[in-house]
Amino acid sequence: MGGGAAGESPQAIIADAPLAAIIAAHVGREGPLLPLLHDVQAAFGCVSAEAERAIAAALNLSRAEVHGVVSFYHDFTEVADPRPCVQLCRAEACQANGVEALVPVAEQAAGTRVRVQTVYCLGLCSVGPAARVGDDLYARLDAAALVALVENA
Amino acid sequence: MVVVRVSDDALALACGADAVAAAFAAAGATVERVSSWGMHWLEPLVEIDGNGFGPATPADVAAILAGTSPKAIGRIEDHPFIAGQTRLTFARAGRTRPLSLEDYRATGGWAGLERARAMSGEDVIAEVLESGLRGRGGAGFPAGIKWRTVAAAPLSARAPRRYVVCNADEGDSGTFADRMIMEGDPFQLIEGMAIAAHAVGAELGYIYVRSEYPHAIAKLEAAIALSAGIVAPFVIEVRAGAGAYVCGEETSLLNSLEGKRGEVRAKPPLPALEGLFGCPTVVNNVLTLVAVPHILRADGAAIYAALGVDRSKGTMPIQLAGNIRFGGLYEVAFGITLDELVNGIGGGTRSGRPIKAVQVGGPLGAYLPPAQFHLPFAYEAYAAEDALIGHGGVVGFDDTVDMRAMARFAMQFCAAESCGKCTPCRIGSTRGVELIDRITAPAKALDPVGALPQMHNAAKAVRSVGEDIALLEDLCETMKFGSLCALGGFTPYPVLSALRHWPGDFQ
Repeated sequence: MGGGAAGESPQAIIADAPLAAIIAAHVGREGPLLPLLHDVQAAFGCVSAEAERAIAAALNLSRAEVHGVVSFYHDFTEVADPRPCVQLCRAEACQANGVEALVPVAEQAAGTRVRVQTVYCLGLCSVGPAARVGDDLYARLDAAALVALVENA
Repeated sequence: MVVVRVSDDALALACGADAVAAAFAAAGATVERVSSWGMHWLEPLVEIDGNGFGPATPADVAAILAGTSPKAIGRIEDHPFIAGQTRLTFARAGRTRPLSLEDYRATGGWAGLERARAMSGEDVIAEVLESGLRGRGGAGFPAGIKWRTVAAAPLSARAPRRYVVCNADEGDSGTFADRMIMEGDPFQLIEGMAIAAHAVGAELGYIYVRSEYPHAIAKLEAAIALSAGIVAPFVIEVRAGAGAYVCGEETSLLNSLEGKRGEVRAKPPLPALEGLFGCPTVVNNVLTLVAVPHILRADGAAIYAALGVDRSKGTMPIQLAGNIRFGGLYEVAFGITLDELVNGIGGGTRSGRPIKAVQVGGPLGAYLPPAQFHLPFAYEAYAAEDALIGHGGVVGFDDTVDMRAMARFAMQFCAAESCGKCTPCRIGSTRGVELIDRITAPAKALDPVGALPQMHNAAKAVRSVGEDIALLEDLCETMKFGSLCALGGFTPYPVLSALRHWPGDFQ
C-alpha cells in the first residue's frame, strides 16, 4: 500500500523547513488537506513527491491518498512550471464572443516562453473574452489586447 | 469635494476600474469603491450624485468632472435596466461599500437575523417554507424542507454537530451572481448563513468558493472578520476549491471540504442526514442563502411568496451573458420570458447579428431557439420543454455559432470535468465526443475493433450518419438516467437540444 511514511518519523522526512512550517500551520484543522495543498502549491509551484510523502505522514494518510487528491484537482501540479501563465477562458459565454479564434493568436504570441492555459469560466461572462494572469483579470479582449497581455506576462 | 463612486467588483476591475478610480483621485476627487450595479456593458461605471457615466476610461475623467462627458447616462436608478428590476437579493448592488458594516446596517442589514434569533428555529423554518424559497443552485429543492430535515436529524457520538455549508463553487459559464454577492454584499451571505445556522442548530459554517474567484475569497474573509462578533457564536470559514467543476455538486463539494478527491457520493444518504464528516448538513447555494434575510424580515415571507409564478416563488437574479449587447445582472420575479430578457432588456446580440440560440442554465443547460423565447422563466415551464433554468445564466449566441460544435463542447467539457466515479459520465462523455466527430466526418471503413469476430453486438457495416445520430441519442439516454449526478445526467440537455432544434448543423 501507499504508506510511504511507515517506520519514518515526520520530522525525519520534512527536511524542508518552509514545508514543515506550512504543514504545521494546518495540522489539527478540520479537513486540512486542500488548504494545505494550496499553500504548498503557492510556495513551491507544485506538490512534489517528497511533499506528498511529508503531508501523508503528518496527516496520517497513505501517500496514495494524498496523491489521489493532488492528481484530481486542476490547481495542483506534480512538477513546477516556472513560465508565466495566462489563463484564457474558453467556456460557452466567451466562445459566444469569439474566444476560439483568439486561441491560435495567443498560442503563437506565447511560443514556449509563456504558458497559455485553458480555464472554464472566470465569472466575467458578460464582458468576454476574458483572461487572468495571477490575480489580475482582463475583459473584452481582442487579438491585439490578448497578444499584448501574453507578451507582457 | 466631489465624491465619485466606482465599483471594485472583479468585473469592473477587469474592465479597468482601478485606473479610472486612480485618475479621479489624482484629479482631486474623493473616490468611494462600491459594489457593481450590474450594468456590465457600462463598466467601469462612474457615479457622481446619483448620475452615471460609462464605460469610463482615465481619458474621460476631466469631461466627467466638468459635466460635459458624452458618456453620461443620467440618473442610474432611473435607467430602464435598473428601474425594470425587482431587486431583493441585489437591493444593495451599486449602492453600498461592500465591507462597510455601517452601510450594511443602514440598508436593513441584520434585521432578518435579529428577528430570527428572537424566534425558535422551528418558526424560522416555517417562514422559509411559507415563502416558497427553492434552492437556487439549479435543482430547485425547497429550502425549508431541507432545513427541517437537518434540524430533525438526530445527533450521535459519530455525528456530534450540524453544519451549514454554502456552495459558492459557481462554475457554470454565464453565471456571476454568486461572485457579485460575495464581492459586493458579503455581509448578506453571512447573515443568511447565520439565520440558517440558528434555524437548524449549527455552530460552524463553511463557504466553499472556487479558486478562480480570488477577489471574492478576499472580500469574504475580510467580511467574516468584521462581522464575527455579530454572528457569534456561529463561526464561518472560507475554503477555496481547486479548479474542479464537479465540486459544485453538493456531495462532491462535501468530499472536497473533507480533503478528499471531489468524487460524487451516492444518495442516499442525503447530506441533510449524513453530510460533512457524516454530520447533518445544510448545503445551500449563495443565492438561496442571501434570499433568507429578506424572508425573515417582518412580513418578508408573504412578500416573497407573492412574487413569481406557480411553484417558482420570489425573484431570480438572472445573468445576461455571452453575445448580448446589454449584459449584466437582472433580478426579477419568476415568469419573465426569454424574448423580454434577450431581445428587450439585453438589446439583442453585441455583434449586431441575428440571435440563433440561447443557452440557459450553464454548460448543462439546453440551447433554446427563438421559437421557444415565449417560455416563462420558471422551474416547471423549462422542465416541461426538456430545459432547465439552473443557476439563472442566460448566454446568447449569434447566427455564426455552429451548434454541432457546441454539442461537441458539452461532451468534451463533461469528459474534462467528470469525477470518474460513474461509467455513463466518465466513458459516455468521451464516446459522445467521438460520435459527434464521426457525424461531422463519417467513417469510410469499418472500425477494426468492431470488425473482430468476438464483437458480436458491433455493427458489421459502416454506420450511416442517421445511425450515428440515433446512437448519440441512445448514449444521451444512458447518461441522463444512468449517471450519479447532474454532470453526466444533464450533459445530454445541450447535446439533444442542439440536435433537436438545429438538425441542419449536424448534416
